[in-house]
Amino acid sequence: MTEKYNMPDERGHFGPYGGMFVAETLMLPIQELNAAYQQYLDDPEFIAELDADLKHYVGRPSPLYHAERWSRELGGAQIYLKREDLNHTGAHKINNTIGQALLAKRMGKTRIIAETGAGQHGVATATVAARLGLECVIYMGAVDVVRQSLNVYRMKLLGATVVPVESGSKTLKDALNEALRDWVTNVDNTFYIIGTVAGPHPYPAMVRDFQAIIGREAKQQCLDQVGRLPDALVACVGGGSNAIGLFYPFIDDRSVKMIGVEAAGDGVETGRHSAPLCAGRPGVLHGNRTYLMEDDDGEIIETHSISAGLDYPGVGPEHAWLKDTGRAEYVNITDTEALEGFHALTRMEGIIPALESSHAMAYTMKLAPTMSKDDIIIVCLSGRGDKDMQTMAQREGIEL
Amino acid sequence: MSRLAATFEALARSGRKALIPFITAGDPRPDFTLPMMHAMVEAGADAIELGVPFSDPMADGPVIQRASERALEYKMSLRRVLAIATEFRKTNQQTPVVLMGYVNPIEAMGYEDFANAAQRADIDGVLTVDLPPEEAGECVALLKARDIDPIFLLAPNSTDERIKKMDVAGSGYLYYVSLKGVTGAGHLNVADVEAKLKQIKANTRLPVAIGFGVKDAQTAKTVAGLGDGVVIGSALISKIEANLDDPERAKREIVDLLVAMRQAMDS
Repeated sequence: MTEKYNMPDERGHFGPYGGMFVAETLMLPIQELNAAYQQYLDDPEFIAELDADLKHYVGRPSPLYHAERWSRELGGAQIYLKREDLNHTGAHKINNTIGQALLAKRMGKTRIIAETGAGQHGVATATVAARLGLECVIYMGAVDVVRQSLNVYRMKLLGATVVPVESGSKTLKDALNEALRDWVTNVDNTFYIIGTVAGPHPYPAMVRDFQAIIGREAKQQCLDQVGRLPDALVACVGGGSNAIGLFYPFIDDRSVKMIGVEAAGDGVETGRHSAPLCAGRPGVLHGNRTYLMEDDDGEIIETHSISAGLDYPGVGPEHAWLKDTGRAEYVNITDTEALEGFHALTRMEGIIPALESSHAMAYTMKLAPTMSKDDIIIVCLSGRGDKDMQTMAQREGIEL
Repeated sequence: MSRLAATFEALARSGRKALIPFITAGDPRPDFTLPMMHAMVEAGADAIELGVPFSDPMADGPVIQRASERALEYKMSLRRVLAIATEFRKTNQQTPVVLMGYVNPIEAMGYEDFANAAQRADIDGVLTVDLPPEEAGECVALLKARDIDPIFLLAPNSTDERIKKMDVAGSGYLYYVSLKGVTGAGHLNVADVEAKLKQIKANTRLPVAIGFGVKDAQTAKTVAGLGDGVVIGSALISKIEANLDDPERAKREIVDLLVAMRQAMDS
């Protein structure tokens, strides 16, 4: 890759991955969405409105924080946390929902739908819908409704209708199926805000572009604070939106290692995990070709992770491409290891991370000691852990 | 000439419309499907759409979703559906069989292996819901090289340009999804379908089968009259679901409904 990275192609392909694998009824709406997106991508007025919202409503730029004590404790590389947990609503998800909601408004759509796993994307969607006065319906797997009840309540407070999805494994993938069914039925007035870099083209590229502010800021902040580029980037990968947001502006900086951390659940060797890049194979789901967790017959299998936001059998197609080309590396972290990362950051730095982000923290604990004290790792702290208090307490046998 | 083309041509000559029932293979259990296929032919079916169950049927409503789930409990797979089709062909060489499903089971088998297996099973058409012409190039070429018709969907929001695209990529027939929505959704609007069919017919020479929302004999007759055939899916699967403890009864009710539709369509 000596040429400048320029993916996807005009039909949404990242090499063999990505694409537009949708039923005919959705072809027109995704083409319309793509046209609108291409139009506003370079529209100064749109960009100005987006930037103003990101600054005054979301609270950007988010800090790049040098976790000095934790770095010292681990005895290796200097760890910098990109503090997406400090965004309004507590995660990186709002970077994308703000952008898509502005698009929805310009396209004249009056109704917003979204899927959600951990509930962070649902909350971020309900938030922007409330602000713009748009009707909002959130699909959420029935299992996730239970384990993320706090976020369900937040969405309802914000005026959204939360629909528990009882089909299939009752988690994120089934919520996505149900949201697609809603969209196919209500295409005329409805805008579907997908929360990750998956789905049919243009979603993987569009969500990436909205999330790329993470990496753009981090790059500038690193140059300002340290005077050079980092040596490694670490981020958790479910669908992969915070990871691609951090990675994308660094893709052409070949000296920067990029490491995505998948959820190994009980351990990849047990089969009970959510790590398609590490242990799956290519297939087609939810409108794009990517790595999937599936059986020999091509049926999608159930995933497992303590973190609802990583509990997804697919992954953004651009990650599939970055894996195959070797530009990024993908590793995995078990539930137990993630909890160690959770506690370490909490106790060392006074920051309670989301269980999703805790996977990135746990891998950082392995990686940092192997590097020199002059090396720099930027870790995406994609969300805060408030929503996970119930899960944590239950796991540790504490009654709240 | 393909079996599908011959079927539609013969029907057109006699001024009749195609009655195309859809059932999910393996629902409510694997041994139900083969006798049900033969019974549907006796009841007047001109072709059969055989659903390949998939874990994530994004374009289907609850009725066909549950049919998929029931079939998957018995580990019904693309390979096993092909085996059922092979059995069917041993005693029926006339009735076209169209596989309908999602692309991932085909991806898992590999496009070329699938095309070869479909040819061995004497499959006549393949309708892949989430494989639009934009992504279907390789698969269509492999199927057409084996005289298997790739069937494409048209929707209420399909433009002239897209209909022309389906006309080129597809063969056998085009399947007009008469509603924006998932399978088994409400009732279709006849005037809307009529207007859309004029547009479709102006852009393709292929026969057009109409589906989604056809639940009774009168609707079947009306809808069939607007195109070249009618597809009945959720209405049949509802009979299976209502009689899970008595599949024989489900079979009788399906046959009765198809006979009524056939009579209404031919009258």
